[in-house]
Amino acid sequence: MRPNIIAIAAILAGLTISAGAEPAKTECLAGAKPGGGFDLTCRLAGTSLHAAKLIKDPMAVSYMEGGVGAVAMNHIVGSRSGDPGLIVAASSGSALLLAQGKFGKHTADSVRWVGALGADFGVLAVAADSPIKTLKDLVAAFGKDPGAFPVGGGGAVGSQDWMKMALIAKEAKVDARKMRYAALEGGGAVTTALQGGHVKIASGDASEMIGLHEQGKVRILAVMSDKRLPGKFKDIPTTYEQGYAIDWPIWRGVYVGPKVTDAEYKWWVDTLGKLVKTPEFQKERDARGLFAFDSIGADYEKRVKADVERFKVLAKEAGL
Amino acid sequence: MSLDYLWQGFGVALMPSNLLIGFIGCFLGTLIGALPAIGPINGIALLLPIAYTSGLPAESTLILLAGIYYGAEYGGRISSILINVPGDAGAVMTAIDGYPMARKGEATKALAISGISSFIGGMLAVLAITFLAPLFGLLAIKFGPAEYFVLMVFAFATLGSMVGHEPVKTLIGCVIGLMLTTIGIDATSGAYRFTFDQPELHDGIEFIVLVIGLFSISEVLLMLEHQMKGTLKPLAVTGKYPTWADIRYIWWPSIRATVIGFVVGVLPGTGASVASAVSYTTEKRLNDRDGTFGKGDIRGLAAPEAANNAAATGAFVPMLTLGVPGSGTTAVMLGALMLYNIQPGPQLFTEQPKLVGGLIASMYIGNILLLILNLPLVQVFARMLLLPNWILIPGITALSILGVYSAYSSVMSVLIMFGIGVGGYLLRKLGFDMAPIILGFVLGKVMEVNLRNALAISGGEIGILFSSVLSITLWIMAVAIVALPWVIRRWQARSASPAQ
Repeated sequence: MRPNIIAIAAILAGLTISAGAEPAKTECLAGAKPGGGFDLTCRLAGTSLHAAKLIKDPMAVSYMEGGVGAVAMNHIVGSRSGDPGLIVAASSGSALLLAQGKFGKHTADSVRWVGALGADFGVLAVAADSPIKTLKDLVAAFGKDPGAFPVGGGGAVGSQDWMKMALIAKEAKVDARKMRYAALEGGGAVTTALQGGHVKIASGDASEMIGLHEQGKVRILAVMSDKRLPGKFKDIPTTYEQGYAIDWPIWRGVYVGPKVTDAEYKWWVDTLGKLVKTPEFQKERDARGLFAFDSIGADYEKRVKADVERFKVLAKEAGL
Repeated sequence: MSLDYLWQGFGVALMPSNLLIGFIGCFLGTLIGALPAIGPINGIALLLPIAYTSGLPAESTLILLAGIYYGAEYGGRISSILINVPGDAGAVMTAIDGYPMARKGEATKALAISGISSFIGGMLAVLAITFLAPLFGLLAIKFGPAEYFVLMVFAFATLGSMVGHEPVKTLIGCVIGLMLTTIGIDATSGAYRFTFDQPELHDGIEFIVLVIGLFSISEVLLMLEHQMKGTLKPLAVTGKYPTWADIRYIWWPSIRATVIGFVVGVLPGTGASVASAVSYTTEKRLNDRDGTFGKGDIRGLAAPEAANNAAATGAFVPMLTLGVPGSGTTAVMLGALMLYNIQPGPQLFTEQPKLVGGLIASMYIGNILLLILNLPLVQVFARMLLLPNWILIPGITALSILGVYSAYSSVMSVLIMFGIGVGGYLLRKLGFDMAPIILGFVLGKVMEVNLRNALAISGGEIGILFSSVLSITLWIMAVAIVALPWVIRRWQARSASPAQ
């Protein structure tokens, strides 16, 4: 028996070696302009992989703008579906668009999901002088008179910011379609409108609101997470703590093309698995305002598909 | 009022890389201004994608584009004076007294005087910006969706005064721009409009594609058409430099022209060409006792040059403080900011002090650089006027394709650019101005989104558009700017008739 075990071990070792081959050239594609969330994901992956010496040469970052990642996904599936060195940035927003059928014929099964590198979390905030102090106050007041609480978010109706508030509206037994929702141009515009009193509730992401919260200009009522966030957020209660089982992680991750081989896919999964444990990565992640959210390989694939299903239900409930 | 932003800005503008970029911008601007075929807007349209894809930070790109813009106001005078063909729209009036001077053998003096008055106009206008712009910034927080919508109404109202001689064509141009801007994902509802299942169209027509198509490609087509016409031969740069007495002589005309130019430039929708025309006629009315204007009077040369530089600078005020472009060229720069995910508007000053400060500081440096460039080196620029079309036409075409493809790596974008270019050429042949299209395109989206957001907030109550002091003031201003020219004409007619 013994030689057999050795033989099997040798074969397995051989397999891991063949799976462990680094692609000759690595590239990360951001499906948007430089400077946005996809770019941030690519730069985080590229910089930390190289710093942790998991890839030999620096990773190239390229951009393909259009349809919040739709053009990039089209390109990958159509022209570079078997490129082993190419990863593409994605986020929970991509899952939302997939759920709403906004990536054309593509679904969550069209590509291979490698892993999430970190997450931001949804928050709801009011102006500093608002009488609303807790999420409970908000649900009660909103339920009584939704018309008195115009909401500002950084995306269109049906976007993540809209969904976050739609979940709260559901708790307040208000039809999401009755919500007075202003689709503003990004997080900066939302907080400006909140301070100016043009909207009464801001729906946004933790990292873009915390600065103004610390300056006392806006008040974050809740972080949409099941666990307390660390650091600057350690005094801000979560939705779960306030009795609402709602969370909204905005994860950031990467996928590869559908025709990438199992061995090549496994190399990326293993490499990211190693990466997220390195101090180089954790430093880069924290510097970019992302929280730990390690979900790699099969676990990540499951999460993406579960998210797509969850968003489909939400969109239906919200009457989209 | 704190000028912290300016000191921060000088820190940015004096970085070696930004100094170099500013110098390149000023140099190219003078060159582009001197060439009659291309104006500042073409130059900016061509360089924007190059700057953007080469990864320049937003403030450097803005410094480069701004350098080209006000540099062109300096350069435009060269061809006005030497070949009687204005290098750009702002230099039309410069030819009236500049060309006769060159014919009398005083080309050097004419170029120097106009360079100095350009400097006076540019420099004083930057000073005015430095102190005025932050005041506008304080308004930032008061602007909600309703106020933004009314602000856009005001901006469109000023268009009437912009291309006054053919208001219907201006309106049609505007509507074309508005229609183009509806293509793509609707920012409010997320609906896909006019995208025909093409992912390339999801984000709408890209701004760079539109600008290059409208300005560069249509310009190339026009140049091809005019190819048969002979090139003009420039006069040699001869004669003496001006004396201190000459400079004293043009001092007050330049100051007056600066004030006029700055005010005209600040008003959205009017630009350097209006400013130089108004200041020239003002000086002529005030000072032309001996009938020397039009025959080579240096005051008639200095006034429009000071005015067009002051106007070019003044046009930055509404762009930086309100997000409303003061001219076609600043509309392009506004689009450039959006490429960098920087939302122009009243909050720009508070959110991007480095960018705004860097830009304003670079204007101080730029004007000094331009004065140095334009006094001794004028011979070099004069020689550029001989650049033949067989270099220019393929060169501009290649740069256009390169620019668009490198920005979007999509053949579709290049095809759309050519389509827009042909459309732009046809419209220009029909006597349309391109600027209203750009303004409609840039302002239309802001206007639509804010109207819909305002109505979403109010639950469909139209009253929200008239609910604050700020929005009512803007409504009054919009009505006034449309009605005023008509009222003034009536009033003039009435006061003139009893005399007859």
